[in-house]
Amino acid sequence: MSVAKAAHSGLDNPGVSAVAAKGWLAANKWLLARRLCQVLVVAVFLTGPLWGVWIAKGNLASSLTFGILPLTDPLMVLQALLAGHVMTVSALVGAAIVLGVYLLVGGRMYCSWVCPVNAVTDLAHWLRTRLGIEKGLPLNRNTRLWVLGGVLAASAATGTIAWELANPVTMLHRGLVTGSILTFGSAALVTLAVFLFDLGVVQRGWCTHLCPVGAFYGLLGRAAVLRVSAVNRSACDDCMDCFAVCPERHVIAPALRGAAKGVGPVIMSHDCTNCGRCIDVCSKTVFRFDTRFHNVPSDAPSARVA
Amino acid sequence: MAKHHKTGGDAVDHNRRAVLAGTVKGACTVGLIGALLAIPARRRAEAVALRPPGAVAETDFLAACVRCGLCVKDCPYDTLKLSDMGDGPTIGTPFFNARKVPCEMCETIPCVAACPTGALDKGLKDIKNAKMGVAVLVGQESCLNFLGLRCDVCYRVCPRIGEAITLELSHNARTAKHAFFIPTVHSAKCTGCGKCERACVLDEAAIKVLPQALATGQLGKHYRLGWEEKRRAGGSLVEPSPEVQVRGMEGVEMTPGGTYKLDKRPDGGFKEFKP
Repeated sequence: MSVAKAAHSGLDNPGVSAVAAKGWLAANKWLLARRLCQVLVVAVFLTGPLWGVWIAKGNLASSLTFGILPLTDPLMVLQALLAGHVMTVSALVGAAIVLGVYLLVGGRMYCSWVCPVNAVTDLAHWLRTRLGIEKGLPLNRNTRLWVLGGVLAASAATGTIAWELANPVTMLHRGLVTGSILTFGSAALVTLAVFLFDLGVVQRGWCTHLCPVGAFYGLLGRAAVLRVSAVNRSACDDCMDCFAVCPERHVIAPALRGAAKGVGPVIMSHDCTNCGRCIDVCSKTVFRFDTRFHNVPSDAPSARVA
Repeated sequence: MAKHHKTGGDAVDHNRRAVLAGTVKGACTVGLIGALLAIPARRRAEAVALRPPGAVAETDFLAACVRCGLCVKDCPYDTLKLSDMGDGPTIGTPFFNARKVPCEMCETIPCVAACPTGALDKGLKDIKNAKMGVAVLVGQESCLNFLGLRCDVCYRVCPRIGEAITLELSHNARTAKHAFFIPTVHSAKCTGCGKCERACVLDEAAIKVLPQALATGQLGKHYRLGWEEKRRAGGSLVEPSPEVQVRGMEGVEMTPGGTYKLDKRPDGGFKEFKP
């Protein structure tokens, strides 16, 4: 690959200078952790059918881990409620646990650490950059909120859990854990559709602009404690690598460039997926994971807050 | 393509990249529309797949089932499957095909126990009360028992033998000396497990389990069966009116029970029915 020989970093080759400064492993550690997590989310469901070691049963819609821990997608519970069905205790407890966790760590961590579609759209984006495909059709990122509204309205109107007719998240995960992805059924086709949409139609189209599941989890993340902080923002050399890798570019600037306006260094937008890729690609170690409580605006160049 | 990457401001190279990008974009759009169309296009009309035991009514089912597959995982006989396109039921929901693998009617009903959402109703405590569907002997022209033979397999394998399926005897006019043993399903007792459909010896099962709505009729709610009402009440609910004259055929005497007393003529005919 001739990629590495590009001396500068920038939008085409983000992360090159970080690799040079920190080494390959340190410049990819959160990405690797994230991929590992995504693989585990599938693997824990596969150990049972493949080797008889049951860890988790079910799928991302609803699951039971070690026979005791129920987890249920709260968006499903909400849709069912609008459709006129109150779920039984097990699902309600499961949804409460999921809600609790994501309220703490940020709803969109579901997107970047758990959702299998993320790997697909990340691949599409990577390929898009490699092929030099420009932005594509413009689409407002708030479209996803309207899609979410439409999904909830459809659930109420039809008396069904409406989004499950099309949901690529659960379809792909179901396909992976049941093996039905190999039959070129709905899981494969829906995943292919999302991939092609992101590759050739809209840049970061699905996850950043349309997915109502992501929009729902984003709303959950408004009060999240765990955040990425541009704690060392005074060291920023404007290389733009973090912007290049960020799936939700608008979340960075307020924190990174906020020193002059008296805005704290913590990324407070609920759109941030806490993927940590900005931490990886920054050669100046500007970012790190922090909590929302360390959002002190005054940062002297050398003194790290908290 | 990486070869051409950043080789200076080469206009040709730039052009080539733009063409490549345009081609990829076009191909993606074609593929996207193709993939999206392929999903509904591959839907087939076969829609008689059966739901697991305890499934709430189909309209409520789609409001409750999150398609997690926990019922499928806990089914010890691999009866249950999650639907994909072409299977009939809404994608991702559990169903079974009785001809392939019927429900073994586990006493503990593990599928219902596993359901986290209430799509499978935990109120079902006795599997004998399950209503997965109703068996119907649709293939009367090919059923061996209907042909006068003694197959009886559906009757024999029925977990509720003698209750859900009985053999009803009738005269076989073809041989004039044998009986038909007609397998007869009693919908109130049939759980829809599908063991009869599975076991039917024909190439295409003569007895099939259908969803309840397809399998049974429904009397109007105001209908009353006079003889049932009479039996329940222990006697006729209406007094015979003395004013109403029972009119018989001319010249034929009516007995008080309402039957005609016909006098046979010596030539074998009846005197009223002279041609």
